[in-house]
Amino acid sequence: MMTDRRIIDETSVPRLPTGVRLKFDDPRDQWVILAPERMYVLDQVALAIVRECDGVANVGGIIDALAEDFAAPRAQIGGDVVHMLQDFADKGVIDA
Amino acid sequence: MTSIDPPLAMLAEVTHRCPLQCPYCSNPLQLLTASQEMDTETWKSIFSQAAEMGVLQIHFSGGEPTVRQDLEKLVAHCEGLDLYCNLITSGVLLNKDRLIRLAAAGLQHVQLSFQAAQADNADRISAYPNSLEKKIEIGRLVGEIGLPLTVNAVMHRQNLDDLEALIDLSVELGAQRLEVAHVQYYGWGLRNRAALIPTRAQLDRSTNIVEAARERLKGRLVIDYVVPDYYARRPKSCMGGWARQFVNVTPNGKVLPCHAAEDLPGLTFDSLRDRTLADIWQKSAALNHFRGIDWMPEPCQSCDRRELDWGGCRCQAFALTGDAAVTDPVCELSPHHDQVKQIAKKESGESPPEFLYRRIGGAN
Ligand code: SF4
Ligand code: SF4
Repeated sequence: MMTDRRIIDETSVPRLPTGVRLKFDDPRDQWVILAPERMYVLDQVALAIVRECDGVANVGGIIDALAEDFAAPRAQIGGDVVHMLQDFADKGVIDA
Repeated sequence: MTSIDPPLAMLAEVTHRCPLQCPYCSNPLQLLTASQEMDTETWKSIFSQAAEMGVLQIHFSGGEPTVRQDLEKLVAHCEGLDLYCNLITSGVLLNKDRLIRLAAAGLQHVQLSFQAAQADNADRISAYPNSLEKKIEIGRLVGEIGLPLTVNAVMHRQNLDDLEALIDLSVELGAQRLEVAHVQYYGWGLRNRAALIPTRAQLDRSTNIVEAARERLKGRLVIDYVVPDYYARRPKSCMGGWARQFVNVTPNGKVLPCHAAEDLPGLTFDSLRDRTLADIWQKSAALNHFRGIDWMPEPCQSCDRRELDWGGCRCQAFALTGDAAVTDPVCELSPHHDQVKQIAKKESGESPPEFLYRRIGGAN
């Protein structure tokens, strides 16, 4: 079962694995990720990224979509998206 | 206090029954029997109330939660309420069919405890035969049916030599997380403190092992590390603050801020058999007693960490000083701190006494 560290690049196809859930937390008016023994509160950018992790789109496609949504240059946000997804992958919040 | 935020998570101690007898068990010394436990419908109603209030996660714990044959029903009920279900188990009563049923009911994660990485030591600590083999089998099955696994390794002076092997075992089982938790000294752990407390050198060695493993296993295994309080300079933020983020429900329906608080004298904890969860959470005199910062004595009252660690642990303050309302003596700023250092030094330096095993009537 020994797995290697998942390295995120533009070809990775991220998704939320079993045991990780995106949920709107009504009483606190925020989006959260519920994960084993953990809870993360998502800001607007993190939420936009996580919502794209559908197990179909690759990271390159996700960056394209976000660049359009946020009307931001691709080159500017690409690094941040990969960085955030790598961090989530290291924490086990996404699979790729 | 104006509005009190709802808790994020509930620790549902559905039973105190457990086939194991770990001498550091976090259950109270007076264990409840099966006939005192709440039934399926009562628990379901509690989970409904919890979801309604804004609780997000349910941790099924015990005792051994799988002794309850209605666990699947409880999980399914929570799943229907969109509550995230975690199972905290010793694994020895599980099998493949049951795991599949629990996963189908909506279980999201399994935390499986290990007593040691050597079979004879594991049996001795848990007072249960062949526990290690069984746990390894269950750990594998959890991965096979596709649920995430956390290995919970409770460490103390009598199993610290197994730490590296437990890390290897976690990797082998495909666990996503490993919790290396040094025993905390409440309840049974307090009674067995001298048999459990490591020396400073043993602790430092385990810290080095954990740090090296974190580096080596980055991205493959997340390791959480809990050090024994007695060697700390500042206390932990116990449960994220008294009655702030967590609510603990005992097998017979008492609402506590943590699993150990029932042993504190002078506080009367309310029962869900009499009142609703929301009502107790807001108005319970015991929950309000140490909530927030108003109750704090000096040095906490004027300390800038008071809303970071909330003055530490009330149960620990009581255990070490006889007064639950003082600064946790683990804090270097506490006038009792020296006593903690001395206890650690003395008890860890002597040869360990026999375990007092966790069993009904065992502490009398
Ligand atoms: S700590 Fe040991 S004895 Fe206590 S509930 Fe867990 S497995 Fe059972
Ligand atoms: S004095 Fe109180 S608030 Fe300050 S660090 Fe110590 S325990 Fe925490």
